[in-house]
Amino acid sequence: MEQRVSLKRTSLYVSGSSPANIIEAVFYNQDCIVYDLEDSVPTSEKDAARLIVYNALRHQRPAEKYVIIRVNGIYSEFIDEDLEAAVRARPDALRIPKVESAKEVQSISAKMAAIERQAGIEVGSIELWCNIESYLGILNALEIATADSRVVALALGAEDYTASMKAQRTKKGLEMFYARNALLMACRAAGVDAIDMVFSDINDLEGLREDVALARNLGFDGKTAIHPRQIDIINSYFTPSKKEIDYALRVLAAVEEGKRLNKGAVALDGSMIDKPVELRALTTIAQARAAGIKIGGENHAG
Amino acid sequence: MPVNAVGRELPERIGNYIVKPYQGINAPEPTSKKVVSNRVLTLRPAGGSKVIGTLEEAIEASGLQDGMTISFHHSFREGDLIVGQVLTAIRNLGIKDLRFAPSAVVNIKNPSIVDFVRDGTITRIEASGIRGELGDAVINGLMDEPVILRTHGARPRAIEAGELEIDVAFIGASAADEYGNATGQIGPNACGALGYSFIDATSAGKVVVITDYLVNYPCVPASISQQYVDYVVVVEQIGIPEKIGAGATRMTRNPRDLMIAKRIADVIAASRLFENDFSFQTGAGSISIACTNYLAERMEERGIKARFALGGITANIVEIFNKGLVKVLEGSQSFDAVAARAIVEHPNIVEIDNAVYSNIYGKGCMLDKLNFGVLTALEVDVDFNLNILTGSSGEMMGGLGGGPDVAAGSDISIAALPIVRGRTPSVVNKVFTICTPGETVAMVVTEAGIALNPRHKHYEMLRDDMGKTDLKIVSIESLRQLAESFTGKPKQIECTDKVVCIVEYRDGTVIDVIRQIKR
Repeated sequence: MEQRVSLKRTSLYVSGSSPANIIEAVFYNQDCIVYDLEDSVPTSEKDAARLIVYNALRHQRPAEKYVIIRVNGIYSEFIDEDLEAAVRARPDALRIPKVESAKEVQSISAKMAAIERQAGIEVGSIELWCNIESYLGILNALEIATADSRVVALALGAEDYTASMKAQRTKKGLEMFYARNALLMACRAAGVDAIDMVFSDINDLEGLREDVALARNLGFDGKTAIHPRQIDIINSYFTPSKKEIDYALRVLAAVEEGKRLNKGAVALDGSMIDKPVELRALTTIAQARAAGIKIGGENHAG
Repeated sequence: MPVNAVGRELPERIGNYIVKPYQGINAPEPTSKKVVSNRVLTLRPAGGSKVIGTLEEAIEASGLQDGMTISFHHSFREGDLIVGQVLTAIRNLGIKDLRFAPSAVVNIKNPSIVDFVRDGTITRIEASGIRGELGDAVINGLMDEPVILRTHGARPRAIEAGELEIDVAFIGASAADEYGNATGQIGPNACGALGYSFIDATSAGKVVVITDYLVNYPCVPASISQQYVDYVVVVEQIGIPEKIGAGATRMTRNPRDLMIAKRIADVIAASRLFENDFSFQTGAGSISIACTNYLAERMEERGIKARFALGGITANIVEIFNKGLVKVLEGSQSFDAVAARAIVEHPNIVEIDNAVYSNIYGKGCMLDKLNFGVLTALEVDVDFNLNILTGSSGEMMGGLGGGPDVAAGSDISIAALPIVRGRTPSVVNKVFTICTPGETVAMVVTEAGIALNPRHKHYEMLRDDMGKTDLKIVSIESLRQLAESFTGKPKQIECTDKVVCIVEYRDGTVIDVIRQIKR
């Protein structure tokens, strides 16, 4: 399967049981929309939310967004019906809560494959984001990230993680420092994206700035947002620097040059440029463009 | 049935009201040339006082009789305690069949205006809006006579043209002296500018000032001059201070509204008219307040100062004034406590007569000098006509205010609204009630993009200016389709033939009527 370059700076949760929010969510600047069937949907409305999200995606899929559906937990009574509806809705990815082992990922992937086959969807085309929200998830992060070719991102969940650790949740988030780094290392080793936890206080935009600055400095690729107000701030921190853009442009130029000369392998500054490096460069350029930065003298409009 | 210039079918007569259909943006010449006023020459012996014991005594002294017209201002908004007290006193005196003609009907409860209609005290209403309980009752057929709704600019025109002759004007004032000099700017219940009362003071047969704060003669400042005032009544309380500023000046936290507000500031900043000494009116709705703040940021970034800002004064525009970004504020009303005090505190924050602000038959009005005017709307249609009165089920949602006047007067009029509210589309084929003709609306700014109006006088300029930016320009039709794709096509509201409201444009022609809703 061909790998796509998609921005993952911001993913906004939208409740599957709120049609008004589903309509509004299309117009914000987030890169990814996460239609939620889990925590934001009351138990009595699970079936309605499934239908609403399915129909929203089949008939009103936002054209320029990376679309994700968060299903209910792997061991919940809702998971099979959720998968049935969510896979058939053909999102870019599913987001699985509280993943703790490679086996869980593989079992979900197999169920997805069966539904894909039935529905005539290319098997394996729907990607997976695994929410890591317990100490076991952190301990097994690398095996989870490499469990299946569908996995493209791990996303950190702080509330459940701190509960599992018997830790206190604080605004500064020192209690999350190890988990953030551990998750990042696993993601880097597996070559998948690392998505930072939500910043829960939607009224504290200064606190959000500090938190997202830290996440960006640690190395995260994006952050989950729980309110539209957070989107533009998060995006701004995941906008690449001039140095990063210049490097990405040089990588892509070298790749082009290699293709032109029909060279199998290309090197830049003495290092080999492999596929992940090229993809990262493409992502950097895409991030810069999304932030409205004009690249290489082009006249960017739109 | 005649059809007016925005395509609405209108009856030739509605009861005694002869319909003059709206003819387009070029307003007709006035039919009568002389200004009509009920004011009378009055000899008053020297000395003494105009203070009279009770409201009942003042009403009796004013000579108010069955069938006459009474007026009020709406500057105390939801905190108004004057309208209720006066109407109760009138009812106690057994006077009936009155024409109630405030500048706008505020949504007062205990007593409710509806009660005074039901008992026959009021049989006709003319105002800029009738929201709340009264609005609902009217649209369901409460009254035999249709309510006449006029924009802020249309009311002084109607008064001076002799179509709305005021017999007794009741003017609430937060401070007054015994001779009738009165103001809204000082006192415990200050409401700020009294711009809507100037025309009532100069045109009514009798003028009663009502206050709860009698000051030593002379009252300074005085917005209403003693030469127009017949009686002064001191009551216990004229308003509830917390409610005087409520409702109008909230800064929105709705992310969609913030997005629209920011986009309006971007549009203004992208226009070639955004230069030193420009002028603007952003209004007092929640999107407007946010928009003013974003606009101030753009002004600071570019080092641009505005010559003047117009319309209702709010705390946030006062803040921008204090930063030196706006040289003069001209306001006919004040929306909060900060704005109410501001006129006294700053010589360049000026109280203006609403007629100066908005009446086109008064040798030119101030909003004709606006570069940018921001309008909020409930609905817009593919011809850019705006509905600012009626909601998705035909219910009364707002008042005309000065929106249609601002649209016509300003160079660039910008309508702000989301394409969908809840599950109802707000960009539609035909709006339920046309209040602002599409030709006067330069653009519509929504969360889904900006639509420029090809029929607007400055279309080419705007197209060129916006074309140089990254702003997403779309057609109004595509916004309509997008909105409808989310919500489906709403069922049409079914009405009877009975006209319950006449919507008068600023030139006195009829732009639309509202018919009784079928239940």
